[in-house]
Amino acid sequence: MLQDRYTLAFREYPYRRSADQDAASPVRHPVVIVGGGPVGMTAALDLGLKGVPVLVLDDHEGIGMGSRAICVAKRSLEIADRLGCGAELVERGVVWNLGKVFHRDRKVFEFNLLPEAGHRYPAFINLQQPYFEKALVDRLRAARAQGAPVEIRGRNRVEGVAQTDDGVILEVLTPDGPYTLAADWVIACDGAASPVRNALDLGFEGRVFEDSFLIADVKMDAPFPTERRFWFDPPFKSGSSALLHKQPDNVWRLDFQIGWHVDREKELRDENVKARIDQMLGPDIAYEVVWKSVYTFQCRRMKTFRHGRVLFAGDSAHQVSPFGARGANSGVQDVDNLAWKLALVLDGTAPDSLLDSYAAEREVAADENILNSTRATDFITPKSETSKLFRDAVLELSEHYPFARPLVNSGRLSVPCIYDGSTLNGADGLPGGPARSRPGAPCPDVPLGDGFLLDRLDGRFHLLTVDTDAPERLEEGGVAVARLALSAADDPSGALAARYLGDADAAVYLIRPDQHVATRWPAYDADAVRLALRRAIGRD
Amino acid sequence: MPDLILDPNIDRPDDFYAALIAAHDGLSKEESDALNARLILILANHVGDRETLSQALAAARLQEDEPE
Repeated sequence: MLQDRYTLAFREYPYRRSADQDAASPVRHPVVIVGGGPVGMTAALDLGLKGVPVLVLDDHEGIGMGSRAICVAKRSLEIADRLGCGAELVERGVVWNLGKVFHRDRKVFEFNLLPEAGHRYPAFINLQQPYFEKALVDRLRAARAQGAPVEIRGRNRVEGVAQTDDGVILEVLTPDGPYTLAADWVIACDGAASPVRNALDLGFEGRVFEDSFLIADVKMDAPFPTERRFWFDPPFKSGSSALLHKQPDNVWRLDFQIGWHVDREKELRDENVKARIDQMLGPDIAYEVVWKSVYTFQCRRMKTFRHGRVLFAGDSAHQVSPFGARGANSGVQDVDNLAWKLALVLDGTAPDSLLDSYAAEREVAADENILNSTRATDFITPKSETSKLFRDAVLELSEHYPFARPLVNSGRLSVPCIYDGSTLNGADGLPGGPARSRPGAPCPDVPLGDGFLLDRLDGRFHLLTVDTDAPERLEEGGVAVARLALSAADDPSGALAARYLGDADAAVYLIRPDQHVATRWPAYDADAVRLALRRAIGRD
Repeated sequence: MPDLILDPNIDRPDDFYAALIAAHDGLSKEESDALNARLILILANHVGDRETLSQALAAARLQEDEPE
């Protein structure tokens, strides 16, 4: 009935009978999050820190085994930092910058992520998914000790979902049998096979790719440097493509493209996995396989991420191929976008139509991720003779001529979406302002004395002023905006001026709780700011 | 005489590559080959300059280090 689908790496929240299970009528919760993975736990943490009571239902009692999503992108680290657990992720993870691309037996080129100076976080770290989830759960526990109203119920599996006019009814199965819950809002973070999505009979639009990949994570003392290596048609023949990428604890991700018509069970047998690894590593390297998996993938999304009072986030809403690290990272960005909006709707400050902007903004982001992921997949696994011909020509040319290198696509790595055209944005009012911090963009980080700019954007609305005046506080429609007064002189490196002023002498930015720019001007104008704020909370 | 450009020169290269591959959607291998031939001739005409075209032919033969 309630059997585990996977083994646990960390048992965090053993099943305990809740008083709700004995209530005469369904107990109602403001927010129920279904799924306790990285996306659900980020949502719980964000909402809990804002004082919103949250109930997380997880059908397991903790964090699953298996390294799974290993590349944590800068934007996810910045979000984790805002929630109070970014630093430990970097400390635990492996920072990497260099990528090398091979075609057959030759290195065709290498790239360096060349992180721009003046950001707290690197472009990427590699970290096994259980550690990422553990950091979130530990942080949740600490937040709860300080009063954050978050409850996690292990072994609570959602089996039925029904929407009413003003809420959602959930049928939940536990080891003690079923019970019923009511919720004002449900966030479905229950993964690609989302039981909530299925219960509401909702589907997907997009492509299924006919190829399988074998992941083998191996522990070994190997002399390979900390870099990403990718092979097209590798000479060691372990697959049509292959990946080698370092994780903490001397663990390495090996990933082989093994074709569509494979027998999954047979491929996962120890001797067959070992054969592929041995072909790649040669006879002299001792290793231990710590995790293995055969996966196939889709690039697709739900038509819309909001269905009444049920909001879909992460894999339940959209799926991509792993090339580009756009899966878990985009899910974390989904709930970064959602949490502040839901909090404002719950306390009556914003109309519930603000949640439509969650769907609209994150659907555009999903499309961007799907496009990049699809293109990388088409390049890695060409689907026609001509496509393969061009692919191999690009690879061959890239070894000789720089022009072909930007065409090589072994994954376009995750960067946050800029919400151009969002209904929450004001028109860009800053002539000469940098494109990278235009309305809709996530705020680029800047070094400030012994800290960074993003440290100061703490989950509230902010009015950032650079070399110009504004009131310290203002309020509109129940939303308080805190001023952050800076001067270009505060940053001798010049990054603040380059990233926020451009050709302008001064600037005023209205910044959303998720650190995205709502709009900007050359000077403070009370009426313009009030209008922009109303727009940013969906009141106009 | 303009030199053949061998540094990146295509705006939004991923968009271009996707359009190039998509142009072959639904074609047989023979039809694809014919499309490629037409495309090369169209681009060559656009370049026009004979010296540049000679350099391109040599580059495609991966003969960049050989004297003309």
